[in-house]
Amino acid sequence: MKVVALAAAALLLTTACTPGSDTPEGGASAPSSVKTDAASLGDVTLTVWDQEVRGGQAAQMAELNKQFEAKYPNIKLKRVSRSFDDLKTTLRLALSGNDAPDVVQANNGRSDMGEFVKAGQLVPLDEWAKAYDWGSRYPASVLQYSRYSADGKTFGEGNLYGLPQVGEVVGLYYNKEKLTKLGVQPPTTWAEFEDALAKAKAAGEVPMQLGNLDKWPAIHVFGTVQDKATPADQITTLAFGRSGASWKTPENTKAAENLVSWVDKGYFNSGFNGQGYDPAWQAFGKGSGVFLIAGTWLQADLQKALGTKVGFMLPPGPDANAKPVVTGGTGLPFAMTNKAKNKDAAAAYINFITSPDAMKVLTATGNLPIADTGKQQAPAGLAKDVFAAFGTAVDQEGLVPYLDYATPTMYDTLGAALQDLMAKKATPEQFLDKLEADYSKFAGK
Amino acid sequence: MSSPPGEPRKIGYLYLLPALVVYGLFLLYPLGRAVHLSLFEWDGISLGKFVGLSNYADVVADAGLRAAFGHALVLIVFYSVLPVVIGLALASVLQRARVRGLAFFRTVVFLPQVVAMVVVAVAWRHIYAPDGPLNDVLRAVGLDGLARGWLGDYTFALPAVGVIGTWFETGLVTVLLLAGMARIPRERYEAARLDGAGSVAEFFAVVLPAVRGEIAVAVTLTVIAALRTFDLVYVTTSGGPGNSTSVPSYEVYHRAFELGQVGSAAAIGVCLTVLIFVITLGVNRIADRGTA
Repeated sequence: MKVVALAAAALLLTTACTPGSDTPEGGASAPSSVKTDAASLGDVTLTVWDQEVRGGQAAQMAELNKQFEAKYPNIKLKRVSRSFDDLKTTLRLALSGNDAPDVVQANNGRSDMGEFVKAGQLVPLDEWAKAYDWGSRYPASVLQYSRYSADGKTFGEGNLYGLPQVGEVVGLYYNKEKLTKLGVQPPTTWAEFEDALAKAKAAGEVPMQLGNLDKWPAIHVFGTVQDKATPADQITTLAFGRSGASWKTPENTKAAENLVSWVDKGYFNSGFNGQGYDPAWQAFGKGSGVFLIAGTWLQADLQKALGTKVGFMLPPGPDANAKPVVTGGTGLPFAMTNKAKNKDAAAAYINFITSPDAMKVLTATGNLPIADTGKQQAPAGLAKDVFAAFGTAVDQEGLVPYLDYATPTMYDTLGAALQDLMAKKATPEQFLDKLEADYSKFAGK
Repeated sequence: MSSPPGEPRKIGYLYLLPALVVYGLFLLYPLGRAVHLSLFEWDGISLGKFVGLSNYADVVADAGLRAAFGHALVLIVFYSVLPVVIGLALASVLQRARVRGLAFFRTVVFLPQVVAMVVVAVAWRHIYAPDGPLNDVLRAVGLDGLARGWLGDYTFALPAVGVIGTWFETGLVTVLLLAGMARIPRERYEAARLDGAGSVAEFFAVVLPAVRGEIAVAVTLTVIAALRTFDLVYVTTSGGPGNSTSVPSYEVYHRAFELGQVGSAAAIGVCLTVLIFVITLGVNRIADRGTA
């Protein structure tokens, strides 16, 4: 045993170096001049890592890549696609290696894009944004999701590090047939919405489906309730984890109390903390439940399950014409690595797959394009509702970020705290104390 | 004095070398590296900062982590103690009854071990669902008051996860014990019977001492399984409701891959390794003392 231990110790000593000492220091700097004529860049091979592996996502990527190579024969694409989880776990290593890809799809959050920015592995795209005039088509509330300060510490402001193709928004799915049976119109105000919930309960229906076993689904429900109680700029500051706001405000308390009152009134299916996310929306799809608060990512599945019986809307505001405030975000943005050999070619690729023509391809392949949404010929059915809702939210700059973006630990803190709150293991005050502790520990740094 | 016969003793190490290299490369080196990493504050990308033992201090100071280790200890009851008790009963019945098609029953009992843990977890998640089979059965027999979303219940989530472990490990333990019991010579049973022992006395006097080694193996394997539980919790509850089913291995994954706290994750991993080592060492000491 002794020999073994000694050998191990020796092995360790010879290789012992401070972890991370072989990666570069400091932020990557933006180039001073950029070229936008991709055809004149000579022969280039671009390695692109994306996570567009499923159905319509894969189809749009394949189609756009084909068009890109046809338009610029001098640029060859090497596409590597992995599932979201695989990409998330392998990207870290790939970026610090010598054989790093040129363009990558990086999750917006602090623990992904934020860390990469901090490590100087991504190139700010602002010069190209100016040259290609992305700002005229992408609203500020969309671009903020890909902005970081150069040190990676401030999220939602600063340099632009990526450009997304698709959008998503958390809204209200409703069962039209059940609403008709209850004698209720689709709500146009928050009061009408709560009234519809009460009527559904009285009629013996499940007013709202929720499956919160996976911890995170209630984040979207709470976000929806909070959007009606707390001013949008405060939510944005809290959700990006920037200093200058507080969880412990009367508005947030009101939001938490409102959510608890829904539990008290029995607006959710029983045992929601023990129900999985998928079984919950599947139950809604089978006709149980009048409302479902969920993201646009369920559109295709619910359309298939309920056909013409299902509708989608933005959560209604205090009155019918109020400016929308709604939790939403973008698909994973495409970013450029500092190892990209030809940065202008990489930028040309990012521009191409987010161009107005690309948005048409995205629509045709069943995706929700993030820019020019209103201009698209939306497919019939539920997708039409979704396009209209998202277009309204984006045009009026109504998007607020997911609350769990705030700090690296917020996803868990908030998920667990909401389970506690909704199981009445914690009071609204204790609930907000927990969130404030997590937030201020991070934002106060 | 002449040296002992045969080749010189030292040459023995040469024979060990190939295995030692593989062992060192894939086990000792990673272990050493984990200990090394646990002394740093490192996000997995940028330059790490040497912080000495403070990661370990945090492990002890963090109430959430202490709770996680507590949950793992509760799981030992379900993963280890219950399966051994059930396994002993089941094995002695199967052994004694000389049932026709013993091989068939042995296979059935062992079956859970063959199924991937993730599949097991998904299946049980369905069983425990608010509208799942378990609640359907309870309602069918009039026990509506007991029906609940088991995995979302603060009191029952941890035991519910534990029961899956019991179901999973019982087969392994039973088959191990069956093998042990098959080796007991018939004469011992006869001797016990001649001395007037009933089946209960026979079990404690003959069977139990004879399978002591198998029990030690079973306890070691199942305790390790309990302490390193990850996939089951990850799939069924993600540590919820609240944090009532969090376990150390889940924290390791969470910190290393989701929070980018590689040093802290390594420290938890090392603590877990030490804990497992101490417990298994203890179990084997007790078992060895008995046979000596």
